[in-house]
Amino acid sequence: MNLLLAWAGTSRMVHLSAIDLIIVVFYFLFVLLIGFYLKKFAKTGEDFFMAGREMTAWVAGLAFVSANLGSLELLGWAGSAYQYGILAAHWYWIGAIPAMLFLGLVMMPFYYISKTHSVPGYLQLRYGTAASGLSAVTFAVMTILMSGVNMYAMAVVMKVVLGWDINFSIFVSSITVAVYVAAGGLFSAIFNEVLQFFLIWFGALLIPILGLIETGGWNGMVARIQANFPNQDFTHMWRTLGHFKDNPMGMHWTGIVFGLGAVQAMGYWTTDFLVVQRVLSAKDIRSAKLAPVIGSFFKMAVPLIVILPGLLGLAVLPMHLVPAHEALAGQYTYNDVLPLMLARYCGPGLLGLGITALVAGFMAGMAGNVSAFATVWTYDLYRPFIKKDAPDSHYVSMGRWCTLIGVFVSIGTAYLAMGFASIMDYVQALFGFFIAPLFGTVLLGMLWKRVTPAAGFLGLLAGTTASISIFFAMKFDPKWIAVFALSPDAKGLAQDMYQSLWSCVTCVIVTVLVTMVTKPKPDSELHGLVYSLTDVAHEQHTSLLHRPVLWGAVALVTLIVLQIIFW
Amino acid sequence: MSEKNAIIPVWFFVGVLFLVYGVLILASGLAELSHPPATVLAELHAPVWWGAILIVLGAIYCLAFRPGRNKA
Repeated sequence: MNLLLAWAGTSRMVHLSAIDLIIVVFYFLFVLLIGFYLKKFAKTGEDFFMAGREMTAWVAGLAFVSANLGSLELLGWAGSAYQYGILAAHWYWIGAIPAMLFLGLVMMPFYYISKTHSVPGYLQLRYGTAASGLSAVTFAVMTILMSGVNMYAMAVVMKVVLGWDINFSIFVSSITVAVYVAAGGLFSAIFNEVLQFFLIWFGALLIPILGLIETGGWNGMVARIQANFPNQDFTHMWRTLGHFKDNPMGMHWTGIVFGLGAVQAMGYWTTDFLVVQRVLSAKDIRSAKLAPVIGSFFKMAVPLIVILPGLLGLAVLPMHLVPAHEALAGQYTYNDVLPLMLARYCGPGLLGLGITALVAGFMAGMAGNVSAFATVWTYDLYRPFIKKDAPDSHYVSMGRWCTLIGVFVSIGTAYLAMGFASIMDYVQALFGFFIAPLFGTVLLGMLWKRVTPAAGFLGLLAGTTASISIFFAMKFDPKWIAVFALSPDAKGLAQDMYQSLWSCVTCVIVTVLVTMVTKPKPDSELHGLVYSLTDVAHEQHTSLLHRPVLWGAVALVTLIVLQIIFW
Repeated sequence: MSEKNAIIPVWFFVGVLFLVYGVLILASGLAELSHPPATVLAELHAPVWWGAILIVLGAIYCLAFRPGRNKA
């Protein structure tokens, strides 16, 4: 305890008491204990990399959402809510729910029936080594980079909020994750993700509850925001999206619907192996279909603990927060809004719970990254390209080592990010480069049996190249913003949406054109991989209440109702 | 397979975490009743009722999913 207290510096947003530190330390010990407990159950490759495909729909569904619910996600989107208002909720609703339902109800049967262990693994079966290799390499590199960059960003938050030394935060958190994932594999990652999911909710939920009590409810909060920021609309989701200039995000509704909802969200939630791996661990196909549907309800509720605190910050915080690049000494940035709200309402004990929730969020995100990296490296790069036909135990051993090495490389990336602040923006953008075109490649491969292996590879390559080119064109010469993002007034997030849209469109066009002039695979090689040649089990014998499609419809209706309420 | 069925359900771990945190937070809430912290709405004594909620949920999860009941 004294050691922990000794790390604390003089400049910090909040001070942790002894009870808070006990809560944080208990959490670290508890997740390590779970990791060591689960080690004995992770003996085979199927156990270590796929959690034995034994998870129930609820466990897989919560892990699916939790792997995405990193602390940077919490802090970043709470900050975005302070900056852009309720528009930020689009990333949780139209920017997530339709895609999650599409994964569960349309795409999951193909992933599951093909018995693939990963998304690049599906591309291997559908298109062959070239497309799979390209996807696996980009995913592995980007996952490690993202993991390191997030690690550094989290350490910076811990320094600002708690005064903790950056090296201490990086090493303690990452080594803890390395140990429990290397021990129990995906079993351990998923167990801890479920744990972290509850911790995040119960650590953060008091902020909106107490915030709404302080403001006198939703209407009171809106009135205070209007008083603090006259002539600005922070509380409507759609009515300000008619023109780029009408909202603080510089966004147009086409960017939200087509760029975010139809491409970027679909790409992320249906092809990013970090989240898809959790669903692949389900015990049967019905559970695999139901897991993203269950996850969609919880995802829909996340704005309560992320977006609402940001809005409450607009209403109750005595100071105005500023963008990070404009912050002077003593000023707080948008990303500080969640810790500031935590410090506003939570005293000893509750503060420790809230800080533990942030740390848990970080560790959930990192565990997701390293477990997905270990699987893709071992099964999609090491096995096909370096050592074929080794015994199963060899690949499990490789997975454990790869987890540890992945974490240490991530630590190196974190220090790289420390030296080059702008690298964080580029790496986040880089990750987006590969997701949008991958969605086009996977979806066409699932729905159209005519698509050829060459078309799959070249379409993916062209989409990725287009995405990177558009990003740098807009970055280095603003005149291209009007061309690609449809208006010179389009700001950063709007540019990202249109970049995703055009990269996916490029991928689809190239894939279709190349398909027309190349030879398709015979039907016999496509059973279980494409729509017209796959016999998806029907659910006539399942009671209505247990059918994923019913709950998918309920989720969709709920989503529509929310859009109308906050229109 | 039989060994897998012996895995303690994740819900039990959730229950233990809630129970421990509930006790710690309730205790800190009771301890600060006479010396409320300098937070907004401290008069609502959030740690007391939040800690109690965590204890109740934790106890329910621990009992319902305790090892040996074989619920996944």
